[in-house]
Amino acid sequence: MTALNRAGWRPEMNAGGVDDTTTFTGNRALMLEEPLIFEIGGSETTGVDFDEAAPAADLGTLARSAPIGLPGLSESETVRHYTRLSRQNYAIDLGLFPLGSCTMKHNPRLNEKVARMPGFADVHPLQPQETVQGAYAVIHELAEWLITLTGMHSVAMSPKAGAHGELCGILCIKAALEARGEDRRVILVPESAHGTNPATAAFAGFAVEDIPATGEGRVDLTALKARLGPDVAGVMITNPNTCGLFEREMKAISDAVHAAGGYVYCDGANFNAIVGRVRPGDLGVDAMHINLHKTFSTPHGGGGPGSGPVVLSEALAPFAPLPFVTSEDGRFRLIEEENAGEDHPQTFGRMTAFHGQMGMFTRALAYILSHGADGLKQVAEDAVLNANYVLRSLEDVLDAPFAASGPCMHEALFSDRGLAEGFSTLDVAKGLIDEGYHPMTVFFPLVVHGAMLIEPTETESKAVLDQFIGALRSIALRAKNGDPALKSAPHFAPRARLDETLAARKPVLAWSEPEVAPGTPSLSEIGGS
Amino acid sequence: MRYLPLTSDDRAAMLAAVGAASIDDLFVDVPAEARLDGAIAGLPDHASELAVERHMAALARRNMAAGDGPFFLGAGAYRHHVPASVDHLIQRGEFLTAYTPYQPEIAQGTLQMLFEFQSQVARLLGTDVANASMYDGSTACWEAIVMARRVTRRGKALLSTGLHPHYRSVARTMANYTGDVLVDGDPALVPGTDWAALAAAVDKEVSCVVVQYPDILGRIDDMAALASACQAAGALLIAVVTEPVALGLIKAPGEMGADIVVGEGQSIGVGLQFGGPYLGLFGCKAKYVRQMPGRLCGETADANGKRGFVLTLSTREQHIRREKATSNICTNSGLCALAFSIHMTLLGEAGLRHLAGINHGRAQAAAAELAKVPGVSLLNSGFFNEFTLVLPKAARPVIHELAEKGILGGVSLGRLYPDNDALANGLVVAVTETVTEEDIAAFAAALKEVLA
Repeated sequence: MTALNRAGWRPEMNAGGVDDTTTFTGNRALMLEEPLIFEIGGSETTGVDFDEAAPAADLGTLARSAPIGLPGLSESETVRHYTRLSRQNYAIDLGLFPLGSCTMKHNPRLNEKVARMPGFADVHPLQPQETVQGAYAVIHELAEWLITLTGMHSVAMSPKAGAHGELCGILCIKAALEARGEDRRVILVPESAHGTNPATAAFAGFAVEDIPATGEGRVDLTALKARLGPDVAGVMITNPNTCGLFEREMKAISDAVHAAGGYVYCDGANFNAIVGRVRPGDLGVDAMHINLHKTFSTPHGGGGPGSGPVVLSEALAPFAPLPFVTSEDGRFRLIEEENAGEDHPQTFGRMTAFHGQMGMFTRALAYILSHGADGLKQVAEDAVLNANYVLRSLEDVLDAPFAASGPCMHEALFSDRGLAEGFSTLDVAKGLIDEGYHPMTVFFPLVVHGAMLIEPTETESKAVLDQFIGALRSIALRAKNGDPALKSAPHFAPRARLDETLAARKPVLAWSEPEVAPGTPSLSEIGGS
Repeated sequence: MRYLPLTSDDRAAMLAAVGAASIDDLFVDVPAEARLDGAIAGLPDHASELAVERHMAALARRNMAAGDGPFFLGAGAYRHHVPASVDHLIQRGEFLTAYTPYQPEIAQGTLQMLFEFQSQVARLLGTDVANASMYDGSTACWEAIVMARRVTRRGKALLSTGLHPHYRSVARTMANYTGDVLVDGDPALVPGTDWAALAAAVDKEVSCVVVQYPDILGRIDDMAALASACQAAGALLIAVVTEPVALGLIKAPGEMGADIVVGEGQSIGVGLQFGGPYLGLFGCKAKYVRQMPGRLCGETADANGKRGFVLTLSTREQHIRREKATSNICTNSGLCALAFSIHMTLLGEAGLRHLAGINHGRAQAAAAELAKVPGVSLLNSGFFNEFTLVLPKAARPVIHELAEKGILGGVSLGRLYPDNDALANGLVVAVTETVTEEDIAAFAAALKEVLA
């Protein structure tokens, strides 16, 4: 067997012995260090058996002859490697994950089971339409729910994640303006917006300008009205906003934008707070993406996949992207490039290969059917109640800049004001890690100094919240009193604070075989000594 | 309601604690005319797990699953056997229910996996670096074109006619709104690629040339000469790989000089899933790394000197740079990247080469068998596990007749290029290790019947 890394065993070779703070292996009981697959795998090792030999290929000069450098592990080693890695992660299955704006709620396992039914998981996107009527039915049924829950005219199902949905909405606006023969170049975005909003508008070729906020954390309607004009294509507003507040004047904002000839994009990242209680369609919204991985609980998976269907007003619906599903007499039909000319001539085009995130649609539909209309309303109410409970339980020890603006929606916002000199939001966050929690969203939104944005979600019990509040209260007091131990937290995590400056200054983005100094002992030599 | 832990007593106590008389007091900022008081009319109420499972199972049964019979579809999505341990491991809650690793001290599992994934992908594609994933191959392809515009400060892209029509359609759509100029077209039913013509056409106005390898008709070719032509003109060569298993057997695009290599990673670990979620692969030469879209994971050390991993070079990204970011992408395909990485670790180099060899051999056998059907000819001179047959009549109705016989017999070019009559008789057939000799015999027999 050829070991790809002849240096062998890493990461902590304490061959010199152990004292009371180190161990020989670097492990500490259930805290297990794990090398890279490149350090333990071999180029000839495989965890997959085949029933036959591969016949000789005749590919001439196109044959891949040089080593690829891919390590293999047996199945037993593979299962152990990834299981050990998994234990270095925090997750919603382990405890409260109060990342503001991210909606980390429980992921029901029924949804995983459903998505894996062969009729959904083992179906090709280009199969003849008569063989995939059930898949179209899922898309159609979920689409109907999303339209009804939002009070909008129609929905584009294909966007792959929230930011892709934003792009879909913005392209609908661009296509609508083009159809009107107008060249409007500016999109207005509040300073408190997610970074994806200005990035999306710029990606689609718009200039981005800020909308100021009022002292109470909402869009400044007067300033917005003053900026509207023939060059403004539209606004992107998050509602509830990233300060955790409902934009009270949303309808007036929409009316003003429409009167000036623009369109209203709503960032639906925070739809969880209002699902079943408020329909964005009643607020004059023209387009809004829905993060199925937030409100409708498809798992985040350590960074995706997401899914970002976009609900559209009647004004923007004709421009929706291809493909989409229509229903006639119980039969479903796909509208794509070939028949769009007849059925959907003003479409702005296609955003992705195939039909969108089917695996997320099945999960989201199972989630929605499980809750029903009554349950979804309860979701919003409990999410809002939990956030207000956190806000009111901590406002005496942590600065809550908008606490006087009224109740919050699904998330509670605090700032670092009042912490001891030299202590910041980061120290509070890292302190929470030692208490067994994932930190809240930090330093966002940008409109608040040292922001801490806490979104507990509806799937946390009062007992969990009470313990979290107690823990955060204790950390806040330590930060106010300048407890030096907090500066070096976390102390009990798999890693202490990581050097992000070093990572960016000398990027190491892929593994390469290290130089081995002559005389370096191998694992067997160390073990045998 | 089984997912909601608050009891009525909890709710009452919490409302009292926050000083609200009722839950409506917390929605006071919602204008009365926009507030819904009852549940939304016309929608059903909550349902038991049993009832929901029954409903979803009934929908699933209305689909013909790939495993229900002989199956030969490809064209950008491939059916491979995924070892059982892959799906088991990605369902560990610590992976499944984690967020993007913003707090690296408690996300080393995801981060180390991403570092390993990036390393595997870079080696597979033959690039110096690879990112932590994009949504899918089609969006990764457009992002590569935009990146080439940033690198070269030119806005004209030449797309090979062998590029997947959906990828081309995505690029066309986006270019309509960004002002990029695209030169593209439908493929011709000929054995060779259009790469020599592209090499001749590349000039000082061109930002990039985009080729697919193997291409939409399954053709493979050497891109070294095209890479040299691009380099001479100051343009970038972008290679698109929709079947990464092929790279176990044929040269990597990076080896042949491609500057950016993007791909669809679905065929390793992810499964068909009716088109999504899939996995965008994105690799490039090291000198372009600061122009890359998407997340990157890098190695560093913690305060105690231990090796660890973090998300890095974030100054390219939307949450820091906002409108000046290289892309608007945020959530990507983390869990699909994990599935890919686990499957690739199980295969290892030896397993990948073996798997690729079986695919190629099985496809060669199928091509020989199907080309014996009267009136049918094989277009390709070379291919990996996918090839194009030319039928004596339009392929699209043939596919439907085959489906009635329980055989999913490939993707017709009529489906992919409905407006191009010259392509109507083309049928793209993919053959992976999941296809048996009996499947091939059944397909050939059924095709003979349908064409008779």
